[in-house]
Amino acid sequence: MPGEIVEATVDLAMSHDNALLVSKKFKEIGVPQIWNADKVVIPFDHRTPAPTIEVANGHAQVRSFIRQVGIKNFYDVGVGICHQVLPEKGHIKPGMLVVGTDSHTTTYGAFGAFATGIGATEMAGVWATGRLWFRVPETFRFEIQGPLPRQVYAKDLILHVIGQQTLDGCDYRAVEFYGSAIDGLTADSRMTIANLSMEMGAKVGLLPVDQHALDYLSLHARGPFEPVVADEDAPYEKEFHLDARDMEPQVACPHSVDNVKPITDVEGVPIDQIFIGTCTNGRYEDFKAAADILRGEKIASRTRMLMIPASRDVFLECLQKGIVTDLTEAGVTVESPGCGPCLGAHQGVLGDGEKCFSTTNRNFRGRMGHINSEVYLGSPAAAASTALYGEITDPRRV
Amino acid sequence: MSRAWTYGDNVNTDVLYPGRHLANIDPKYQAAHALEDLDPGFAKTVQAGDVVVGGKFFGCGSSREQAVTCLKYAGVPFVIAASFARIYYRNAINNGLPPLVSPEASAKIQSGDDVTVDLEAGLIRNRTRNETYRFEAFPEFLQRLLAAGGLIPYLRQQVLVKQ
Repeated sequence: MPGEIVEATVDLAMSHDNALLVSKKFKEIGVPQIWNADKVVIPFDHRTPAPTIEVANGHAQVRSFIRQVGIKNFYDVGVGICHQVLPEKGHIKPGMLVVGTDSHTTTYGAFGAFATGIGATEMAGVWATGRLWFRVPETFRFEIQGPLPRQVYAKDLILHVIGQQTLDGCDYRAVEFYGSAIDGLTADSRMTIANLSMEMGAKVGLLPVDQHALDYLSLHARGPFEPVVADEDAPYEKEFHLDARDMEPQVACPHSVDNVKPITDVEGVPIDQIFIGTCTNGRYEDFKAAADILRGEKIASRTRMLMIPASRDVFLECLQKGIVTDLTEAGVTVESPGCGPCLGAHQGVLGDGEKCFSTTNRNFRGRMGHINSEVYLGSPAAAASTALYGEITDPRRV
Repeated sequence: MSRAWTYGDNVNTDVLYPGRHLANIDPKYQAAHALEDLDPGFAKTVQAGDVVVGGKFFGCGSSREQAVTCLKYAGVPFVIAASFARIYYRNAINNGLPPLVSPEASAKIQSGDDVTVDLEAGLIRNRTRNETYRFEAFPEFLQRLLAAGGLIPYLRQQVLVKQ
């Protein structure tokens, strides 16, 4: 029943660089081994390759711990971002209960997994026992009519929903997305929706397992799986209906993810740095959308632009299909797969007063660097059109 | 005296504990950088026993539990808010820093008020204004976790019982 506290056995437990903190807490519990080392997955992504000696030492400690306890599902520097790597390497299947020490663990809802973010201490508890306490969530249902217009993407759609719901509109709720706007979405786009559900407080963001999800899972998932969809008569605490057929590209303005405006309201804002990447929008279709705008062009001289693929596999596909060449020729700087500057750690942090147009997931004050820097969030196409002019530019105009 | 440090709505984890400090997990380091981008004076002047009071949806954003433990290591025994973001609420309980949900206390406590908490009675006392506020009772299981001092001591007890 919603509101009830239950203890449940988890199917998969993901940690990234913060496995350092988890392993420290795990040792404090005093159990001799991990409950099931095969159900633990650790990709390094937040600070890779190590930008400081301190980080390098932390990574080394985690590698040593991983060998010691026999964790086999370890993805070292450069394989990619946890939320891209887990589905890509086949760890995610519909109906699984997945916890991760990262708030954007909701991403796996794109493939019908009940996946949610937790803290390091409770992950240590999961490593020790395989179990964790959960509050059974109420569910909100979103019914969204499509198709999306030209140059309007899953990113615009979910930003619009976040703007309506605000940061805490779905706190502690499971949210489910339906409708013709969702049915047409690729696996990459579905991941963007599930990923950003977290930014309106959702505990999980679920999309019904459709043909796009099944095609992806058939290619990637390890072993057999069953599609999961909600019961016909499932009860919902609230239902929201939305028509996306006339939606404009959307931008989340500083300093909150729910400060969402149509791009036409903010066109012309000068931008110092453009970043395409992360677990939100660092996939093949994202870079292709950017390359389709920037091919044969040059980014504006007043700005700089970064491309960070969400994974090595994404990077390879972009290489093989000429996307890396297109973007590099346009003046884009390509960096190794990982989270990049999203959380203000390295690979392109912002200086005092600088403005960034980014395809990432958060724009809180100081998120990507200096406390006086500003971050605008939007789609990869909007990022590319903005790069072309060095100021926020509607991708429908290029 | 236990001084209240008050902040507004939607205080996010990026300002509670910025990403640039996450690689160092030392407790003293965490305490020294607590709330650095929210209130640069906090870490230098906070006293053990002081309480932090937020508005609605306190602790939204990242799952980083340093946003909780930086306060704990700075000597803060309770966080009060009109409401908490889900992961922050979990992290606070699991790390033994009781997150007290009280829209009334959140609205009425002013910065610098002398505030004490009676966890058993479910009451927050504001000695400066001579007011008392109720906070939401914790479900029974979470009470046990908090009574043990958080998830790690709770699990340690269970390990000892098994042995």
